[in-house]
Amino acid sequence: MSKKLISISDKYKKGLGISRFFCYLVLILLSLMCLFPFVILIINATRLNSEIQKGFTLLFGNAFVRNAENLFSDPNIPIFRALINSVFISTSASFLAIYVSSMTAFGIYMYNFKLKKFAFSFIMMVMMVPVQVSALGFLKLMARWNLMDTFFPLIVPAAAAPAIVFFMIQYMQSVLPFEVVEAARVDGSNEFYTFNKIVVPILKPALALQAIFSFVSNWNNYFIPALVINSKNKKTIPILIAQLRSADYMKFDLGKVYMLICVAILPLLLVYLFLSRFIIQGVTLGSVKG
Amino acid sequence: MNETNLVKEEKIKRRKSVSYSRWGYFFILPFFVVYILFSLIPLLSTFYFSFFENYRIGLMEVGPNFIGWANYHKVIYETEVPRFAMNTFIIWIVGFLPQLLIALLFAVWFTSNRLKLKFQQFFKTVIYMPNLIMASAFAMLFFTLFSDAGPMNQMLISMNLIQEPIRFMTRTDTTRGLIEMMNFLMWFGNTTLLLMAGIMGIDQSLFDAAYIDGASSTKTFFKVTLPLLKPIFVYTLITSMIGGIQMFDVPQILTNGKGTPDRTTETLIMYLNNHLASKNYGVAGALSVLIFIVTAFLGVFVYKSLMKENSITGGKR
Repeated sequence: MSKKLISISDKYKKGLGISRFFCYLVLILLSLMCLFPFVILIINATRLNSEIQKGFTLLFGNAFVRNAENLFSDPNIPIFRALINSVFISTSASFLAIYVSSMTAFGIYMYNFKLKKFAFSFIMMVMMVPVQVSALGFLKLMARWNLMDTFFPLIVPAAAAPAIVFFMIQYMQSVLPFEVVEAARVDGSNEFYTFNKIVVPILKPALALQAIFSFVSNWNNYFIPALVINSKNKKTIPILIAQLRSADYMKFDLGKVYMLICVAILPLLLVYLFLSRFIIQGVTLGSVKG
Repeated sequence: MNETNLVKEEKIKRRKSVSYSRWGYFFILPFFVVYILFSLIPLLSTFYFSFFENYRIGLMEVGPNFIGWANYHKVIYETEVPRFAMNTFIIWIVGFLPQLLIALLFAVWFTSNRLKLKFQQFFKTVIYMPNLIMASAFAMLFFTLFSDAGPMNQMLISMNLIQEPIRFMTRTDTTRGLIEMMNFLMWFGNTTLLLMAGIMGIDQSLFDAAYIDGASSTKTFFKVTLPLLKPIFVYTLITSMIGGIQMFDVPQILTNGKGTPDRTTETLIMYLNNHLASKNYGVAGALSVLIFIVTAFLGVFVYKSLMKENSITGGKR
């Protein structure tokens, strides 16, 4: 009897071993698929144009610095300027987005005003409206206000981010008891002061997370900037990449092309690798927990 | 002691009677000002412009003249918009189905108490990574990798799998395949994490009960996991559909905005972008409104499915 039991559990363990092996196999295969393009990217960024043309190897070249120099000194690709523009736009837009949107979340969460319900339903409703469908009206309006070809249309509208409001309300429900704010009132603190000095520090983890997501989406944004920006010295990184694509590709120094893609991707990738645990937890926090 | 407590209570009461509710308006004001100015007014004016004839020939601007529904008629019957809508749908669904399948599989594996997989953090980090990178740079990268003399062709030839380089960008199936693959790679990690959170939200005792009753893991999956995962499933499906409608960066950069070959990879937003860039506002407006209606329709479903989920976690079981 006991022998039989053992053999069953052995069989069970063996089955488990096989299914585990299968799981790891699929996981590793897909991980490789995700990593492979980046491996090629980094390797080719270290090789000269002539070496790249000859064929692909998995060995690193030694032209990384040279490719970078070539890229940064090319007057047709104002990469340095574009980097500064992208960093400036993404930083200010994401700062505005998290501050204004968490203010809104606090207003809806904390106070019982007449339009509270309406405000919340409105934000839930517009959360799904894609930016592209209002692009026509937006461009016309910006043209009328003489704001075309400036950073203004890329930064200020970002302040109203419905998804961040939704996320912050969810987060406040779990970490911000009403008593904290009431205690501050007893101490005679003005509501706005309370928000800045007491509420914002409590929300810090969520704010940091949303700041990262917001920064990433602004950094990667292509649709609106491509329609708004014209001047060479105001271009952002995604516009430069599109411009490179439309140039005569075959005449290009491929080392330089790979280098440009590296500059666009690698900074965020490095930040991500440091913060991945934090980011991965955050992905699921706001979007699903009802 | 007693007295001070009383005084404090009195103070709190008095404070409470002071109405703070007007502060609510103060806190939500900046958001609504920005939203109304930069999103709502543009949205409504897009609706308005869709009824006007307004385009540009060379330097001359025609209109705006009111023409009623003519732009809509034009978009639906005289342009190739239905074809582009079909392109968008095909590219979306071919990328989405494997994405959902793999994501579901991974989510179940990661949460399985039986399998207890190791290196989970590593796998999660890697599969979510493509989601963060710039879609345009990713498309450019794929364009260089799969170009006629690119690394992919070089590798396939050196492995003797093919004799001649495959010209990926000149064939409908391969160009679409590349876009579908990029969409898959960029989003399956995200979907995995969402579904995982959904599975972890399910009461563990249900799985234990199924195990004790001798249900196989396949049966547990179909009879316990899937039905309880439905709200998040619907949420994933519809947000992905809305994302699919917005597909732009990847095909735009990969095909240089032309939807090559023969506009078989031209998506709705790429077409909209062409009209916006050439200041062909009437048609662009009508197209925007049509896209809006479809998304709004889907959005209502998301809202409903989210709200339903609330009631499920709140009571039912």
